[in-house]
Amino acid sequence: MTSQSIVQVVAFFGAILLLTRPVGSFLDRALNGGDHLLKRPLGWLERALLRVCRVSGGEQVWTTYATSLLAFSALSLVVTYLIQRLQLWLPFNPQRLGPVDPALAFNTAVSFATNTNWQSYPGETTMSHFTQMAGLAWQNFTSAAAGIAVAFALARGIARAGDGQGPGTIGNFWVDLTRSLVYVLLPLSLAAALAFASQGVIQSLSPNLEVTTLEGARQTLPMGPVASQEAIKQLGTNGGGFFNANASHPFENPSPITNFLSMLLIFLVPAGLTHAFGRMAGDSRQGWVLFAAMTILFLAGAGAALWAESAGNPILAAHGIAPGAGNWEGKETRFGIAASALYATVTTDASCGAVNSMHDSFTPLGGLVPLFNIQLGEVVFGGVGAGLYGILVMAILAVFLAGLMVGRTPEYLGKKIEVREAKLAMLYVLAFPLMVLGFAAWSAVVPSGTSSLANGGPHGLSEILYAFTSAAGNNGSAFAGLNANTPWYNLTLGVAMLVGRFWMIVPALAIAGLLAGKKSVPPGPGTFPTTGPLFALLLVGVIVVVGALTFFPALALGPIVEHFLAATGKVY
Amino acid sequence: MADRAGRAVSGWDAALLRGALADSFRKLDPRAMARNPVMFVVEIGSALTTLLWVRDLVSPGPGAPSPSFTGQVALWLWFTVLFSNFAEAVAEGRGKAQAASLRGLRRETMARLLTDGREETVPASSLRRGDVVVVEAGGIVPGDGEVIEGIASVDESAITGESAPVIRESGGDRSAVTGGTRVLSDRIVVRVSANPGETFLDRMIGLVEGAKRQKTPNEIALHVLLSGMTIVFVVACVTLAPFAIHLGLRPSVAVLVALLVCLIPTTIGGLLSAIGIAGMDRLIRHNVIPTSGRAVEAAGDVDTILLDKTGTITMGNRMAYEFLPAPGVAASDLAEAAQLASLADETPEGRSIVVLAKQEFGLRGRELAPLDAHFVPFFAATRMSGCDVGRRVIRKGSADAMTAHVSALGGGFDSEVEQSVRAISLSGGTPLVVSDGPRILGVVHLKDVVKGGLHERFERFRSMGLRTIMITGDNPLTAASIAAEAGVDDFLAEATPEMKLDLIRREQKRGKLVAMTGDGTNDAPALAQADVALAMNTGTQAAREAGNMVDLDSNPTKLLEVVEVGKQLLMTRGCLTTFSISNDVAKYFAILPAMFLAAFPEIAPLNLMRLASPESAILSAVVFNALVIVLLIPLALRGVRYRPLGAAALLRRSLLIYGLGGLVVPFVGIKLIDVAVNALGLVRGAGS
Repeated sequence: MTSQSIVQVVAFFGAILLLTRPVGSFLDRALNGGDHLLKRPLGWLERALLRVCRVSGGEQVWTTYATSLLAFSALSLVVTYLIQRLQLWLPFNPQRLGPVDPALAFNTAVSFATNTNWQSYPGETTMSHFTQMAGLAWQNFTSAAAGIAVAFALARGIARAGDGQGPGTIGNFWVDLTRSLVYVLLPLSLAAALAFASQGVIQSLSPNLEVTTLEGARQTLPMGPVASQEAIKQLGTNGGGFFNANASHPFENPSPITNFLSMLLIFLVPAGLTHAFGRMAGDSRQGWVLFAAMTILFLAGAGAALWAESAGNPILAAHGIAPGAGNWEGKETRFGIAASALYATVTTDASCGAVNSMHDSFTPLGGLVPLFNIQLGEVVFGGVGAGLYGILVMAILAVFLAGLMVGRTPEYLGKKIEVREAKLAMLYVLAFPLMVLGFAAWSAVVPSGTSSLANGGPHGLSEILYAFTSAAGNNGSAFAGLNANTPWYNLTLGVAMLVGRFWMIVPALAIAGLLAGKKSVPPGPGTFPTTGPLFALLLVGVIVVVGALTFFPALALGPIVEHFLAATGKVY
Repeated sequence: MADRAGRAVSGWDAALLRGALADSFRKLDPRAMARNPVMFVVEIGSALTTLLWVRDLVSPGPGAPSPSFTGQVALWLWFTVLFSNFAEAVAEGRGKAQAASLRGLRRETMARLLTDGREETVPASSLRRGDVVVVEAGGIVPGDGEVIEGIASVDESAITGESAPVIRESGGDRSAVTGGTRVLSDRIVVRVSANPGETFLDRMIGLVEGAKRQKTPNEIALHVLLSGMTIVFVVACVTLAPFAIHLGLRPSVAVLVALLVCLIPTTIGGLLSAIGIAGMDRLIRHNVIPTSGRAVEAAGDVDTILLDKTGTITMGNRMAYEFLPAPGVAASDLAEAAQLASLADETPEGRSIVVLAKQEFGLRGRELAPLDAHFVPFFAATRMSGCDVGRRVIRKGSADAMTAHVSALGGGFDSEVEQSVRAISLSGGTPLVVSDGPRILGVVHLKDVVKGGLHERFERFRSMGLRTIMITGDNPLTAASIAAEAGVDDFLAEATPEMKLDLIRREQKRGKLVAMTGDGTNDAPALAQADVALAMNTGTQAAREAGNMVDLDSNPTKLLEVVEVGKQLLMTRGCLTTFSISNDVAKYFAILPAMFLAAFPEIAPLNLMRLASPESAILSAVVFNALVIVLLIPLALRGVRYRPLGAAALLRRSLLIYGLGGLVVPFVGIKLIDVAVNALGLVRGAGS
């Protein structure tokens, strides 16, 4: 690892550390109706939207909250599907792109409604500008806002003291959705889009440009409203690129500055949410301990990826080719190894999925990091909202173990974790391995699954595993090397995304509802403190153990075997 | 319970083990196994592997593992199930032995039924609730009931193990008698309060037998967690087959089953019910009979403990503490007069004055008769006592009573004496004014004496995170001073039963769990309201029924042990769960390389333990997994040692021992077993 890579990590993480507190307190105020900077200039918009939609804004119990969210997501899904199918007859289609294939349209609609942004298609040759803006960018905003809403609902459930008489209320979905859109996502995206445009990210509605290069060759330059898309893609941890090459495309991510800004935007809201939770819990240390656990996992992942990529390909080294240069395959020279490995870690820690380098071309262990990051359950900062509610469920599991070990019925922030919470937490945990391992194993042995593979052996297995991990984890980054635009993968990945999103959100909301109704026991010396370094370590342990024990066998046959084979010169 | 046969049953009695061994086979019944999902999966796996072994014996497939290997794996998988059953059977067995000895008490006795004044002899088993019986010296009390007439000394050693007889009398708080106990003297009339089969003895037998054992809430939550993990591991192992097939490998089903069984939390799954039964058993060994497992578990969660002052915190009597003479009176004169006034006073206070006088001034006890002394006992009307020695009229009593007494004789109070009286009252003591004729000699300071060692015990409560509240009928001043001396956290003074109930409700409203002890009938509502209610065996039937535990020794500080047992129960579960899960890391490193080493020799570095061959690696992991259950049975039965540390320190300790230990131990264990397996030549060597 070079000193340059260390500087990059420190600069990036230092910026996140500085931003967490202000962003967190802003999020708390904005979502919980407190006073904040944007309340005056944008308050009318919130009120107008709620009035037009006839939302009373009354508190909801978890079932109503969940129904509202599911109805909203289902409607968004259908609308996005229809836009794709009808894009030929809709405006802003200068390239006259035809209707999107039904399986692909389903996959894409699910993908954007679940904040996954898995893309089985090249954007510039499949989607019209209208589809990109009205269908996909709209989803980028609303799916992110829905994630934030769920995170706040769960945080309220944990922080609120109930009366012990059945489930309590956890906020109002429509209000949460509107507030996160109006106060958080829209203004920040606008600012970020302007910043991106100033750095050379294109923003245009013109058709593709035919240009003649200096060598006299003709080249087609795809055009589009990229900067606006790019801002929310990072801020909302969506990750769906305008172009097929995603953030490695110079029109999406032209310089190290935009690259740095992109990474900041990815972690901004997820990191801030931990502090917002701490504020809601009435003890900011409760938020910082989650932040600390996330930090440990982030730094470990970044360190491993940087090390593996800087070490490079042993086979090339053995042939005396560019020894000590590291693994440059699939990376943009304007970013280099450090910024690429860091970006890969960030985008998979958070369920963003934008890529500025090809993960498929990483060394086996370097590629294992993004894969394992997602398999940790997207809780290392994680998706906007999804990261917080994910790590809170993990915290509940950690508290369960810790509570038993100190001889008390486990409690988190004074709320007793009992049979029903344990059931729901397990339901939450089960969804992910069922989808990832189930579908990946199925795809590994049926012809419709294996025919899409570009590589054989363990590497092919990694590609399948990565696809389903990315889908069920709602990450959306692709390992590449797998042709996912087939009916088989479009449908199975679509199901994995749906389950990976809603099978996890509904139990999380149910936990929120149950906890909201519970009396809060004031902490005593017999209660285990969920603030210190011990708890942060325990939380890290639980997250790693749950992820590692579940996926170790599969990983052993994929990247791990590949690593040992590569060391002896066998490649796939 | 020293005399009770139950205690004579040691944990590892040979007959007990034989019975448990037989039981562990009986428990293989799938209908019983299904109650424990983790072990049920192991049983299915064992059956499957056995079938595979039979298949391999009949027609060995090409490339299949040798039948001897599959057979050994199957055998050890069965052992895993049996060991878990054995743990449960041993835990139950101890209870059964106790129950058998208790049942001996329930031998057929005859009762003298009293109907309309006529006596008639009937079998005790025919008695119904409400029947009235007569028991005389030498007779056995035929059933649980309440003394409605008479007083008798009763030998309750059969139930409590306490050999000293206790007094049972009608009215008051000592009216309950238990069936099976023997009346030693006098005659009592008892109204039977329980139908046959519902008596205390029956309940106790049912409880120790574990017949009515239901899973407790935390146990169910843990079961959910373990079942969820089992499902995850089933998915991980089942999907491993297609992944391997994708790479052109043919994984053996027996090996996959072995991997699955090693990964699922069999250590905790196999010991979970034994832990629960043993926890209950431990309480019974403390002579506390819980009426439900739920109460035992709740005991670990208790936040607030209510303790009655009298009998629990203080000796129950005030003791003379110092002599404060009036101006111009020698302390020894005061002591002498006080001693004279108390010589014939049989109350504990009176006796303590005599003792103090002897300690401080060497005044010996004297006979009253030669002194021509005449004892004047305490009357509620005069509220003083004393003695007339010749013409001396010596009296002692409360300040009010004495004011009236001396002013009637023409005397008066000195301001300094008044100050002493006030000071003593302020400090929570009781001032006893002594006079000789009209002259006030001074004041004796009577003090509530706090039992020894309580300070340390309450300190222990505190470090466990429990708040202690003293309940007393005393005024707030007295209460405060005793509370400070005993080291309780808070007190409730001038308490009435309603206030007690209110206090419990208030604490519960704040989400706290409350434990209390009680014996009187007026304690019953509070006992019923409290989350953990330890009723004294000497208490009334009402109290015993309202509580969810009965202490046979009637020792209120027993609550400490109850809380510790509750905590131990949860801790043992938590620690073994952590241990079980951390074990998986080593098992992965044993089995996964072994599975794929043949196809990918390059992964040899993953074989961290350098196990000799794939077959011995897998077998060693399975053997370790089975043996660890047996090795942990004593820990499961005894419980993890509870230390009164803060929660964070406790967790750090447990994580270090069971988390880190769980990570390291199997690496060593599996390696050792691997060496043994190869030394014994149980599997094909690495070369073949």
